[in-house]
Amino acid sequence: MLSIQNLQAGLADGTSILKGINLEVKPGEVHAIMGPNGSGKSTLSSVVAGREEYEVTGGDVLLDGESLLDCSPEERAHKGIFLSFQYPVEIPGVSVSNFIKTALNSHRAARGEGPLEAALLLKKMREKLELLEMDKSFLSRSLNEGFSGGEKKRNEIFQMAMLEPRLAILDETDSGLDIDALRIVAQGVNALKSPTNAVVVITHYQRLLEYIVPDFVHVLLHGKIVKSGTKDLALELEERGYDWIKKENAGK
Amino acid sequence: MHNTLLNLYAEHEADLARESGDAVASKRRTAIDRFEALGFPTKKWESWKYTSLKSTLATEYTTVPPFASASQHALEFKDLESYFLDELDAYRVVFVNGVYSSWLSSTTHQGLDVCTLGSSWRKSPDWLAENFAALDELDEPLVLLNRALAREGALVHVPKNTAADKPIQIFYFTTADEPLFSQVRNIVVVESGARVEIIERHQALNGKAHWTNAVTEIRVAPNAHLRYTKLQNDVSTATLTDATFVHQAADSTAVVNTFSCGGKLTRNDLRFHLAGSNAEAHLHGLTLIHGDEHVDHRTYVDHAVPHCTSHEVYKGVYDGRSHGVFNGQIMVRPQAQKTLAYQQNDNLLLNDRAQIDTKPQLEIFADDVKCSHGCTVGQLDADALFYLRARGIPETEARALLMLAFANDALAQVELPALERKLHALIHKKLRVSVS
Repeated sequence: MLSIQNLQAGLADGTSILKGINLEVKPGEVHAIMGPNGSGKSTLSSVVAGREEYEVTGGDVLLDGESLLDCSPEERAHKGIFLSFQYPVEIPGVSVSNFIKTALNSHRAARGEGPLEAALLLKKMREKLELLEMDKSFLSRSLNEGFSGGEKKRNEIFQMAMLEPRLAILDETDSGLDIDALRIVAQGVNALKSPTNAVVVITHYQRLLEYIVPDFVHVLLHGKIVKSGTKDLALELEERGYDWIKKENAGK
Repeated sequence: MHNTLLNLYAEHEADLARESGDAVASKRRTAIDRFEALGFPTKKWESWKYTSLKSTLATEYTTVPPFASASQHALEFKDLESYFLDELDAYRVVFVNGVYSSWLSSTTHQGLDVCTLGSSWRKSPDWLAENFAALDELDEPLVLLNRALAREGALVHVPKNTAADKPIQIFYFTTADEPLFSQVRNIVVVESGARVEIIERHQALNGKAHWTNAVTEIRVAPNAHLRYTKLQNDVSTATLTDATFVHQAADSTAVVNTFSCGGKLTRNDLRFHLAGSNAEAHLHGLTLIHGDEHVDHRTYVDHAVPHCTSHEVYKGVYDGRSHGVFNGQIMVRPQAQKTLAYQQNDNLLLNDRAQIDTKPQLEIFADDVKCSHGCTVGQLDADALFYLRARGIPETEARALLMLAFANDALAQVELPALERKLHALIHKKLRVSVS
């Protein structure tokens, strides 16, 4: 489904961040990308989602065999890429429901469909809110404005539930969450899993992976994936930290 | 132009004096002498540094004489309906080419007075002598010119402890075939414990370079409440120079919302005098312009007594080669302890050619006050834009949504649902947004 091939990217000033990433994600799979601060995890998710501040200098990102690199962020979203932001942006004056409606109908328009009927939209929103144990008063609040850390992340997963992406990238979704919020968020993600979609979880900590169990774990270091394994690798990292991997790679 | 106006005054001075009595006549005389001495403002003046009247003054105008007779126009109510607020049951005072149109208006003398200045000189000379040119203390040529020549406009008088049963809409339409220069003046008095809501609009109905020079004097008595909305969305050839003076007594509330969304040149002088303790003033402005449009907001809030509050928020979105000016001054006099004053001016420039000159000024002479001011000039937030696009919202729509969110604050003090709907639609149209 998603194929990242020797991806190299950096900032416009020439700073190189990703130095040849290779990753294959198949339908139905859950991948975790772990790594210390500054290893390029968030850059990777931004580049896949199409953030224009980053410059791709080599390699390719393919979705179902087609390159995404010439697509705008909105086109990538329409093709089924979803990025759950580490720091969701506060937008005063735009309500959650208005935002979701605009986003959902943009997806539909891209597929050549008309706007979703108001009653159906409302029904769908209520269902997904329930899944994430969110009150419906949420819908009329300004997008992320004054939301707690937990509310922001739940709101991200709520949007994911509404947009039903093929590939969801969860960027540090666990940061700033207490254990209850973490459980609810993970529950939401698990409920949305299907044999036709896939999830890439980017995280610092093993904690989230107890709830969203990955099929594969990759370690990102200095802009490269230096080690891949199963969920046991995450446990090992939790126990031993990243130094042994750094040492392993020092010689290469 | 200067001479034409002096001659126009000389020609009508005797008639004006006969109509309005000695007290007003002497005010007019002083004003025209001062206007003669000052001439029109130029960019060398501090108060006109960023706004040039040059191109407006270069136009050949027909000046509306003080005693203009009803002009021949074929306007029907249905032609103007789109400018009125739909479904809103309101009093209407309508002027066409500077002359009152009773045909298009709906006035009253029941419970409150909603009528015209022109018809009141004869009926209420004492009241007018007391209220005409009572508050327009500004040594500016355009205000002086208006004081000398204006004898027509809307008059609203809400008696003690009366809540106006309907909002009032004041309209100035211009249809003349040649560019028209008119002087109009509104007088609003809200007596103690009374309440009223007014909406004012100036609108040219053709593409001629009309110029309206308006003055509005508003007296808000103790414990009275006023809400005044100026809707400025004129054609891109029209000039509006407006000066509005609000005098507030103790425990009163006054809100002035100014929506400046079109016109070649718009200059708004808005001056609040907080003269009684515990008065509360709200100044909200939203400017949405493009092309070569120019909007200059100059506000002044005078905290003359203790325990008053002023809350001022002006926002602007500038596209094309448009030019905005914000000059907001807050004066806190030595005796005005416990003043609460807030002022904020935020601007979005949508491209490199658009321009904003902003100058917030606080002058505080009291020591126990809480005042803050700030201003921002910027582009749309790149993080927010990416966030919306990553959710599948196309870039143009995402930009519009962010601008809409930015502009929304300005609607905070708009309470009439019909007016809110109209303004929402206007903002959507100006920002080219199709989202609901």
